[in-house]
Amino acid sequence: MLAKRIIPCLDVRNGMTVKGINFVNIREVGDPVELGAMYADQGADELVFLDITASHEGRKTFVELVKRIAKNVNIPFTVGGGISELKDIEALLAAGADKVSINSAAIKNPDLINSMALHFGSQFVVVAIDALEKNGQWVAYINGGRIPTEKELFSWAKEAQNRGAGEILFTSMNHDGTKNGFACEATAKLSENLSIPVIASGGAGNMEHYAEVFTSGKADAGLAASIFHFREITVPELKTFLNERNIPVRLDIISKLNTSQHGQQ
Amino acid sequence: MKVVIIKYNAGNIMSVDYALQRLGIKPLITNEHEEIKNADRVIFPGVGEASTTMGYLKKEKLDLLIKGLKQPVLGICLGMQLMCMHSEENDTPCIGIFNEEVKKFMPKPGNESIHKVPQMGWNSLYNMKGELFKNIPDNNFVYFVHSYYASTGNDTAAYCDYIEPFSAALQKDNFYATQFHPEKSGKTGAVILENFLNIKK
Repeated sequence: MLAKRIIPCLDVRNGMTVKGINFVNIREVGDPVELGAMYADQGADELVFLDITASHEGRKTFVELVKRIAKNVNIPFTVGGGISELKDIEALLAAGADKVSINSAAIKNPDLINSMALHFGSQFVVVAIDALEKNGQWVAYINGGRIPTEKELFSWAKEAQNRGAGEILFTSMNHDGTKNGFACEATAKLSENLSIPVIASGGAGNMEHYAEVFTSGKADAGLAASIFHFREITVPELKTFLNERNIPVRLDIISKLNTSQHGQQ
Repeated sequence: MKVVIIKYNAGNIMSVDYALQRLGIKPLITNEHEEIKNADRVIFPGVGEASTTMGYLKKEKLDLLIKGLKQPVLGICLGMQLMCMHSEENDTPCIGIFNEEVKKFMPKPGNESIHKVPQMGWNSLYNMKGELFKNIPDNNFVYFVHSYYASTGNDTAAYCDYIEPFSAALQKDNFYATQFHPEKSGKTGAVILENFLNIKK
């Protein structure tokens, strides 16, 4: 059975992870490659690396970093932030990125979705949508949640799908940073209206929130940053918790075998 | 050991290259016929569209070359689909090593959200057989991204369920193939790639 995906998100600036680094074994300002490999070993299903200030300042995601991630991380990863041109996307693919997420650029130039799908295939295209609910209306924002647009979440997601997006990464700005749970109702509505996978983002504060977003929220994947970075929950704990609630997750059977062999020594 | 990755107009070749490097192998990425013929192992990867890719392979006469190879060959994702008889993707006749048809996933209405196309993510394998799956326990998970799938039959070396049972892996003689991406499937994928490198000719 297809597993629900747990996706830690790493914010990157100048090639370094910039927030939420609270590990004993890792430097204060974290190396994204080191962190990514650690999450992969813990059983994360996928990773997202976001160049957080890129869109605002017009910087490009660093191809060199992507190359290092691809060399060292053995699970799929998405790269996003400040990506607006096909040639940038081509460079990221050549460097080894599995998917590229576009956000502001997709809203400003929706044809970019079609071009990406045509050139590289839909599976390579993640359309990220930051949306804020006000008076029952979900409005999509650009430039890292700074500027509201004319686009409404559900119709824009559908349009993105029809233009060739392979996945939707939906961040609820109402929930992001609150740790009060994901936007389950809106996520469920998105998921039901689309034939492509939906990644829920924003609001994860505990393991129960993940269980909710995978059941009532009908999400295919759940993304979070700080709860993992600050070790409020760990990926193995979360997966065990979800498995006990009969939510399909990938439990790495081989690493379990290795662990038990270690235990016997 | 000389490992060749067949170079063609498809993405994701770097990921396979890196995965082999993690196993201590530096593969050669080439479309040169002689280099491919003389390799100990040949990997035929791929992400892309079937008809365009088959067109390229035919132009370079790589389709016939692949079919005639005698050393262990591993097709991955689109590579596996192109080793089948025919793909529904733009009605494309394929290389014809495995006697299977490649069809598009058709979501069954009213059947919950699990039936999205493409299948994207980790799914579990069962009824595995052959050298490729040595030391891989039943129900282990591997990473898939695909909208088309190969039917099941005599050559099926691993099964997976998504909408319906399909061939997660195929094997016939020296030809091995996986629909999933071993290069992206964590430790399990690394073991599968290692098994491929360790096949006794």
